[in-house]
Amino acid sequence: MTNTHVDYQLSQLDQLEAESIHIFREVAAEFEKPVLMFSGGKDSIVMLRLAEKAFFPAKLPFPLLQVDTGLDFDEVLATRDSWVDRLGARMIVATIDEAIAAGHVVDDGKTSRNRMQIGTLLGAIEENGFTAAFGGGRRDEEKARAKERVYSHRDDFGQWDPKNQRPELWSLYNGRIHAGEHMRIFPLSNWTELDIWSYIHREQIEIPSIYFAHEREVIERDGMLLSVGPEIQPKAGETPVTKTVRFRTVGDRTQTGCVESEAADTAAIIEEIAVARVTERGATRGDDRFSEAAMEDRKKEGYF
Amino acid sequence: MATPDTTPTTAGADAAAVTENADLLRFATAGSVDDGKSTLIGRLLLDSKSIFEDQLEAVETTSQSKGYDYTDLALLTDGLRSEREQGITIDVAYRYFATPNRKFIIADTPGHIQYTRNMVTGASTADLGLVLVDARQGLTEQSRRHAVLLSLLRVPHLVLAINKMDLVDWSQEVYEKIHREFTQFATKLNIPDLEVIPISALQGDNVVNRSENTPWYSGPTLMHHLEHVHVASDRDLVDTRFPVQYVIRPKSDQYHDFRGYAGQVAGGVLKKGDEVVVLPSGMTSTILRVELFDQEVTEAFPPMSVTVHLEDDVDVSRGDMIARPKNAPKPSQDIDAMVCWMTNEPLRPRQKLAIKHTTRTGRAMVKDIQYRLDVNSLHRDQEAGELGLNEIGRVQLRTTVPLLCDPYSKNRTTGSFILIDEATGVTVGAGMINSGS
Repeated sequence: MTNTHVDYQLSQLDQLEAESIHIFREVAAEFEKPVLMFSGGKDSIVMLRLAEKAFFPAKLPFPLLQVDTGLDFDEVLATRDSWVDRLGARMIVATIDEAIAAGHVVDDGKTSRNRMQIGTLLGAIEENGFTAAFGGGRRDEEKARAKERVYSHRDDFGQWDPKNQRPELWSLYNGRIHAGEHMRIFPLSNWTELDIWSYIHREQIEIPSIYFAHEREVIERDGMLLSVGPEIQPKAGETPVTKTVRFRTVGDRTQTGCVESEAADTAAIIEEIAVARVTERGATRGDDRFSEAAMEDRKKEGYF
Repeated sequence: MATPDTTPTTAGADAAAVTENADLLRFATAGSVDDGKSTLIGRLLLDSKSIFEDQLEAVETTSQSKGYDYTDLALLTDGLRSEREQGITIDVAYRYFATPNRKFIIADTPGHIQYTRNMVTGASTADLGLVLVDARQGLTEQSRRHAVLLSLLRVPHLVLAINKMDLVDWSQEVYEKIHREFTQFATKLNIPDLEVIPISALQGDNVVNRSENTPWYSGPTLMHHLEHVHVASDRDLVDTRFPVQYVIRPKSDQYHDFRGYAGQVAGGVLKKGDEVVVLPSGMTSTILRVELFDQEVTEAFPPMSVTVHLEDDVDVSRGDMIARPKNAPKPSQDIDAMVCWMTNEPLRPRQKLAIKHTTRTGRAMVKDIQYRLDVNSLHRDQEAGELGLNEIGRVQLRTTVPLLCDPYSKNRTTGSFILIDEATGVTVGAGMINSGS
């Protein structure tokens, strides 16, 4: 049996957990057809863990939805399968090719597959009639998101209207929607990046191995370290080198760079982040690189 | 000149332990750009090392290019300003920073009159309210209004930060005059804990570091106060209130008879062996077990999200409440409440709305609007007849389902509700219950 908190105080991490569990249960109780948008990244895995806790010992009362770009890292898919097996969860995989075939997405030859994920996702939500979709977005990620609600209303085009958000008071969430609309739900709204890592550390949560330092053959392109693979081949003047690296995000492998790091476990990563906050001066210049460094796990635009 | 008072930094090997064990303070800031609010928030983020160096450099560069001879920290939280320029609705923004012992969530609310709804939203979850005044201006109508709203929302701690003290030559007289004026005004309000701090957000005096310009001031710096203000005792640990949110029934072979009532504790302490009553049915039982995930816990208290098992097979569903037989809220359909109205179309008698209270949803009809409260003068206008956007008044409602409620002054969770327009689905009102019958 877990010990009594003699002083009746909850740590901030326990408070965040309690708040997120409350949100999961509220959505499961009030929405007809929720779904959890699963990217394979650490934030969506933390969501899975919280959902597991919210409904234990019952299975998750909603399926998971993933957009398959065809360019996911094998390690990410392996972790996904391990989670899905353990939870006995139902997994829906929406592929971009299917979305093109169904007309949800137009392949004009100019739009990247990365961008086409958005249409694929919205198509899958519409096709399945999902009324609420959990996403791993956090308010500390960027300025615009600082104002997004936990329950974020989407119109029948799947769009967010920041000018016209519903007030959100206390822990009373308003889940009313009209036919054709859906609600994005952000149970991790109040978590910071450091909270996410601390929770992964505390709960010993299984995340894809590429988050941790490992040796990899990489090339440097546009100031990013890219993993050499079927799609990424050295161009003239580029020399592949083997470095000790880790990934900070787990997007598609053509777009996701890794960073040199010796951080081989969660404690080391937390230390790396904590130290980076005060000493990473001048290491990265220019706005692009800044946002890359600041937002460890920046989502692909529009995905969540 | 300033000397270190605290050393807020989360850098280091024990960062994980710090984040795990730190406690949480949610606070709402009120004030306009002119009061230096953005500068103050920028200062808190900067001095608590929540800002990256490169971000600061960018701000320094911008400040220089604008010809300032200081770093304009307001640029760090510039979302609001650019929004205003673009004419986008100004809204509550949430920001985060941490020191070794505490994580802070700031609900940053715009200060102007039309934003009462934002202020109320930000204050609804706050443990502490931070009101900024310009030392040169003294108390304004706006700062009084902010204090009134924080008091109405029962934010238990209030800080009045008298900013721009550098522009009044660090005058003790100015500080004391504003302090006195505010204390007088506050006697009409419900403010259990008040701290008045002379600061200069721009120069950092008494924000994180103690100022040498205010030798006459013996109180804490703002950061020291934020770090140490005691918020745990603000919760009600006496009156057991457990709104049932969700019934967990796995229907699997392994957990064939499992029937758990899931929810977040809203008040009191729940433990094994407690005699309980389930409302509104009035059936009684005993707590068999309290669980958090796969662990049994000895006690559950606010704001824990747990699962409760009862000894008897009583009928319990979402919207019910578990309380103690001798300490339970009376199911009420006639509700007397203060309502903040949040939409253009006014609230009028006979109007019908959806109401959400804890985990219960029903419908409500407005029986009477008793008065409209002028949040500047505290005058009660009994002739009002309706409530417009951003207005607050005392309202009588009749609900279709009984609410299992407490006065808001006793419990902010079981004492609050929202009103929803049934046609648009939009949240149009926020209510704080005075009493129910």
